[in-house]
Amino acid sequence: MEHIRMPKVEHVRLVDRSSSRRTQVGTLYLTATHTIFVGKGSEDRNDLWVLHSLVCNVVKHKASQSGYPLLIICKNFQVIRFIIPQESDCHDVYISLSRLSRPEKYEELYCFSFNPNVDKAEREHSWDFLDLKAEYSRMGLPNKLWHVNPINREYRVCDTYPADLFVPKSVTLPVIVGSSKFRSRGRFPTLSYYCKENHATICRSSQPLSGFSARCLEDEQMLQAIMKSNPGSRFMYVVDTRPKLNAMANRAAGKGYENEDNYCNIKFQFIGIENIHVMRNSQQKLIEVSALHSPSMGEFLTGLENSDWLRHIKSIMEAGLFISKAVAEEGVSVLVHCSDGWDRTAQVCSVASVLLDPYYRTLKGLMVLIEKDWVSFGHMFSHRCGHLIGEAKEVSPVIDQFLECVWQLMEQFPCAFEYNEKFLISIHIHIYSCHYGNFICNSQKERKDLCIKEKAHSVWLHLWEKKLDFMNPLFKPDQSQNQGLLRPSTAPYCFKYWRRLYNRFDRELHPRQSELDCLMTVKEETQKLEEELALYEQVKLIVHPKLKIKQALWSLPLDTSLANTPQDYIGGAPNVFTLQQGERESAELCLFGDQTKSSDADNSDQESGVADFSSHSSGEESLPSEDSVKDPDSDETGPNRA
Amino acid sequence: MELSEHIKTANVEDVTLRRPFHPALRGTLCVTSHHLLFSDRKDEASWQLLILLKNIDAIEKRAVGSSGTITIKCKDLLVLQLEIPGMEECLNIASSIEALSSLESVTEMYPFFYRPSHLTLNGPWGLSSTEQYYKQTERLWDRWRVSTLNSDYSVCPSYPSAVIMPREVDDDKLIRSARFRQGGRFPVLSYCHHRNGMVIMRSSQPLTGANKKRCKEDELLLQAVIDGSELGYIIDLRSAQQAQQARMTGGGFESKSFYSHWKRIHRHHERGKVVQESLIKLVEACSDPSHSVDRWLSKLENSKWLSHVHSALSTAGLVVECVERDGHSVLVHGSEGTDNTLLVSSLAQLILDPASRTVTGFLCLLEREWIQAGHPFQQRCAHSAYSHARLKQECPIFLLLLDCVWQVWRQFPLALEFSEALLLRLAQEVYASNYGTFLCNSEQERCAAGVKENTHCLFQSLLRPDIEEQYLNPLYEPTDLAIWPSVHPQSLQLWTGLFLRWTEYAQNMEEAREEVWSIVKEHHEQAGPDRTNNTLSTHCDTLTPFENLMDELTIL
Repeated sequence: MEHIRMPKVEHVRLVDRSSSRRTQVGTLYLTATHTIFVGKGSEDRNDLWVLHSLVCNVVKHKASQSGYPLLIICKNFQVIRFIIPQESDCHDVYISLSRLSRPEKYEELYCFSFNPNVDKAEREHSWDFLDLKAEYSRMGLPNKLWHVNPINREYRVCDTYPADLFVPKSVTLPVIVGSSKFRSRGRFPTLSYYCKENHATICRSSQPLSGFSARCLEDEQMLQAIMKSNPGSRFMYVVDTRPKLNAMANRAAGKGYENEDNYCNIKFQFIGIENIHVMRNSQQKLIEVSALHSPSMGEFLTGLENSDWLRHIKSIMEAGLFISKAVAEEGVSVLVHCSDGWDRTAQVCSVASVLLDPYYRTLKGLMVLIEKDWVSFGHMFSHRCGHLIGEAKEVSPVIDQFLECVWQLMEQFPCAFEYNEKFLISIHIHIYSCHYGNFICNSQKERKDLCIKEKAHSVWLHLWEKKLDFMNPLFKPDQSQNQGLLRPSTAPYCFKYWRRLYNRFDRELHPRQSELDCLMTVKEETQKLEEELALYEQVKLIVHPKLKIKQALWSLPLDTSLANTPQDYIGGAPNVFTLQQGERESAELCLFGDQTKSSDADNSDQESGVADFSSHSSGEESLPSEDSVKDPDSDETGPNRA
Repeated sequence: MELSEHIKTANVEDVTLRRPFHPALRGTLCVTSHHLLFSDRKDEASWQLLILLKNIDAIEKRAVGSSGTITIKCKDLLVLQLEIPGMEECLNIASSIEALSSLESVTEMYPFFYRPSHLTLNGPWGLSSTEQYYKQTERLWDRWRVSTLNSDYSVCPSYPSAVIMPREVDDDKLIRSARFRQGGRFPVLSYCHHRNGMVIMRSSQPLTGANKKRCKEDELLLQAVIDGSELGYIIDLRSAQQAQQARMTGGGFESKSFYSHWKRIHRHHERGKVVQESLIKLVEACSDPSHSVDRWLSKLENSKWLSHVHSALSTAGLVVECVERDGHSVLVHGSEGTDNTLLVSSLAQLILDPASRTVTGFLCLLEREWIQAGHPFQQRCAHSAYSHARLKQECPIFLLLLDCVWQVWRQFPLALEFSEALLLRLAQEVYASNYGTFLCNSEQERCAAGVKENTHCLFQSLLRPDIEEQYLNPLYEPTDLAIWPSVHPQSLQLWTGLFLRWTEYAQNMEEAREEVWSIVKEHHEQAGPDRTNNTLSTHCDTLTPFENLMDELTIL
């Protein structure tokens, strides 16, 4: 609370991003956790809540004649524009928010003060909702070839790995220790996914410390053991997800990649996914394109192209496809690594898993996958998502890219996923919002040390309870083409701009009617009717069933106002055409009300929603260029890197 | 010359056919006057492929040893390969295809020979007419009349015989106005808005010329259209500069001083060759999946196709804004008034008028606003995206219309009674058809060729209940409101259903469409037999607000 200089400002104007005429006047409140805007003279539905931890940047603009503009740029790509009448108020809000949105310690994060009305047992239950042990046993592990090795129970061998790790039974402790010493940050090869049908596995690690010529017998034995644990195959793939040039440059620093001559029966493969800095810059450009004010078709497409974003998504998808085909079609095991094995490796392993295993295309399956490949294996969420004030260079949209790959797959296979786009976006928000404890910190060990499970809640149960919102009505689990391996096309035209994520808050950009929502309602009603009919036959009610059915069909609220919303057809050209001012204003204001209502209905998600990376732009530009020359692949370096 | 004289080799055995996503087939190839027929010989239930020769846009021949390969590129964007044993046979087949796919004489075309047993040639042709539209539109009766001054097509050769005009303007004045407009296309009523009686008129450019000629009757006519109200809008589909330049070649625009109650707005629209080349570039980009995402995006951008979609929808939105929000009548024209003019006025009607969003209503709209209004289909659709022939008057404006309608459907998936399948069918029929609907360039030509007496009507056949069912939108929920589309580049997408129709991408979408149907059918079964009609009735008048994150299955 000590950071709040100004808890309340009156007569603040909230300006719509696309049209300065859509303005609401109201009161701005700053609380310890939220910025709240309450529209004047309207019902409570006009409230706007923004969680401080979702704020990416606060910007003051030059004073205009109507007051002092203040921009709040959020991590969910929302940009909120306030105009504050007094300069001093504006400054106070700016200073307060700048501090509130840049927590210095984990303890300041919202998840530690978020206190839903649940008791201890319920909180513990929320953490028990996902069980990785159960997930491995679903895969068929442990079995006669693979077991959990307790070597990392105290995080002594590798402090960024989880405590429980699957390794081949044949591997001895000295081999694990030796191998871990030969790998960046001790991240030795360990199992990520096991394919029951043919025993092929996806394993993951960091890069070997091979330099130009170094060898490690234990590491070679480790790979040999992994290969042998797949009795059906005579070789395994080692996939280095970095561009070859980056990997070679790493050799100069005593790191590098596996030499095919030293390892028996490996096939080595580079897949050129760019590093975190390239990805951060790319997303920054994409965000700029998404925020253009009425661009022409050409400007938009050129901007999209120049951002390179879809090219990067395609390269991740292709890597995932390569691995999943190796496993499913060739029955060959794959070891995946990049530099440290927690960014690109996580992306590629999890994309491959989604392609391979229909389970990960269900709601619970995707949660488990993120929990396993990302949370437990030490993806540095707090660094990559900028949860705390810190190194801007560590921020990168690595997990965004994974979620987008899943979205692109959903676009290609509309019937293959149990969940919908909303689910992905909700996960995205929660990763950034720090509302729940799941994504705090950078590793399992850090979370354990911080006692996250005792102090915060888990998001997964919360999402599960809302699962009706996240269901895809077109999901057909039994369809043959949705079982087993998905084979997406990676033709360039299959990669699309994710409007719902990047322009989520530009309401006029989205379809006014939703096919999938409508279908979901139809499906629910069908089910209800079935139940009622069953009930009717049971009880033999005298009431005619048709009466009830009619009622069910008419139960939906009608909201037709939005169809009748004209768009900006004038394209910003000022002098061509003007409507009567009053008429337009009134229509637009009522529209505005609807938006805030919707955010209200969407519960805390939307308020907490947030992440824009525009704040990092200065950071990127100031990246010393030498840095990237010396270490072109420094993407996945931890904070305490020498 | 008889058509059959073009056929030197009618039959070839042992031909191999390659199609996308199907294994190669061996069979017999047959060329007839209007068709290419391939039949797979080995099964007793033999498989056949029948292609209208008119659907073939371009062929490429290649010799491989003693046999030849013909690549057939169709106007519906399908590409096939035929491997023909024997070089001579191959060349004969190729030259037959070349000659027979580009027939110039209308009466030699297939619709004049198409005689299915279930259709008869007697009976009315078409769905609608000017007179019928007038009869249905009560709002018109007071101030408007049907004029038959063009019954012998002498006033305007490209107009239908009847047009709707203000009562207070007599036919003599109309004739003078016609002389003042390019091609005689004087301002006629295209649509009357059911809410407020405001109208959309369309015409060609006035022939003001370099000397700023004026025509009193034309001015009076437009004055009568707005009938004492203060203001009407002229939406000129050319930039102000282009309109100025048009004066040098005898054309021009309505000057403020003579048309004082009309406010003119210029919106630039590409036309003719530029649009045709966009289509060619776009199809080329779509048929090469090998390049990178960057190359794809820059080719997509470079084709400018989506920019044309963007302009068409924006201008239609502007017209709707004038009519619906502002309560003013509008006159739309470009130069000839046979292309972009029709595009904009028919899109505006789709946005404004719930009646034009049903299957019948939409087909009637096409019939009135495109066929009867004199869009020169024969010239515009002579070739599609693959042809190497020198372009003459080709221009895929009608395809652009279908694309825009598709965009509207993506944004309002419940508002149209018809589905994407109807748009795809029309996209195919407009280039090559068994029916006479899209033949010729005007009513006059159709009349002279005896189209209505000697061919079948596509629209009537589409409305036969068993056929129509394929084209219904299972989620249709009529709404009375205007459906304003978003025209932001982020909201406009490539029409994958058309441009990627023959790729694997389309296969998964087909599955999704079937699933939509099965969900809806299951619902109808549960809800009982009294609800078996194909609409969901008041069910979700779901113009869902924005928190709704779900939407479509499509591109960019």
